[in-house]
Amino acid sequence: MIEVERVTQRFGDRVILRDVTVTLAEPRIGVIGSNGSGKSTFARLLNGLVKPSEGRVTVDGFDTRREGGKVRRKVGFIFTDPDNQIVMPTVAEDVAFSLRRLKLSPDEARDRVAEALERFGLAGHADHPAHLLSGGQKQLLALASVLAAQPETIVCDEPTTLLDLRNTRRVGTLLSQLPQRVVLVTHDLDLLDEYDRVLVFDEGSLIIDDKPAPAVAAYRTLMASP
Amino acid sequence: MAAGGVSPGGPLGAYVPGTSLLHRCPPGPKLLGLLVALTLAIRWPEYVAVPAVALFALARVPPRMALAQLRPLWLFLAVAFGFQVLAAGLGTAIEVVGGILLAVALASLVTLTTRVSAMLDALVVAARPLRRLGIDPDRVALLFALAIRSIPLITEIVRNVREAQCARGAGNNPIALAIPTMIRTLRAADALGEALIARGIDD
Repeated sequence: MIEVERVTQRFGDRVILRDVTVTLAEPRIGVIGSNGSGKSTFARLLNGLVKPSEGRVTVDGFDTRREGGKVRRKVGFIFTDPDNQIVMPTVAEDVAFSLRRLKLSPDEARDRVAEALERFGLAGHADHPAHLLSGGQKQLLALASVLAAQPETIVCDEPTTLLDLRNTRRVGTLLSQLPQRVVLVTHDLDLLDEYDRVLVFDEGSLIIDDKPAPAVAAYRTLMASP
Repeated sequence: MAAGGVSPGGPLGAYVPGTSLLHRCPPGPKLLGLLVALTLAIRWPEYVAVPAVALFALARVPPRMALAQLRPLWLFLAVAFGFQVLAAGLGTAIEVVGGILLAVALASLVTLTTRVSAMLDALVVAARPLRRLGIDPDRVALLFALAIRSIPLITEIVRNVREAQCARGAGNNPIALAIPTMIRTLRAADALGEALIARGIDD
């Protein structure tokens, strides 16, 4: 369970998030909002990439400010641009990189890497340079690498924004089938149809917290008004 | 997609999967062997040429791939050859150019048959004495991995900036290319740093 308590986030004089309090316990949570609404910062608060200026964020009781390491073991993060997330030169090595902190035996690590690549349709690319994959494959690799570490929650910051329709659907379906809790920040509103809960951010405030249908409808109305 | 798509992997990350003796040999001994072979290749290229080709065959590297490793050298070798012919005669020229060609071929044979991760592990072992100076060998290895990973990233940034300049008719002004490239590179570095933290580098 992730608890965000009275968090206000400032960068210099700019207020990015204003007094946000929310408890995330459902398996599927969507986060939507216009550009600059604060949703991306909200996502980064959940794994301690951003530390709150005021208030606190805890994951199963671990404070992101003091126990960032424990928090990040529980909460994996997928970025918009997989190119910035892939840190190793080849596909299999990038997945293996996630496993380093788990201190597995070489055999166990190899099995886990193979399993992760198989699951995301990348088995044939294990030894290929990561930069030669297509955009969709790169995002699948980013997912494979993060999931190989077996986090309990994954937070995705617009993972489909750079993808075409087919890959967007594919990533959306994969996310919906995961055993992990998923917090999905997105502009692809269709992906949220089956979700348990959708949060809408506007100008740094959490303004709507509802089921997907009413939340998305309210967001559309909000964006249509001048 | 990436600019490296022209040759399969370019000079880095050009691993050719296989199970040959060379593939199975651990990187440490392989690098030591390379050191010996390089010394011999520069001194007696005529004796090393045949064994070198045999090693390529043993590793089952496709000839096209082997030649691709040497392609960036042609111009340099041609100039060196011309200079040596004028300065020292044909015999020396063949010896010098042959030596360089063999040295690069042998070095790329190591790259072609060694996974980057295996090379990095060897590097961790080699860097172990640095621990006494307070340097973490794993960090050294990560630094090299990131450097290798950054090459295609930066190539892509340069290409994008150049295309943007062309689209706006900015021609070939080096400063107009350098500044946006630098800014984007720094931004990519920030993003990569964020990803490293998210993936548990400091935990």
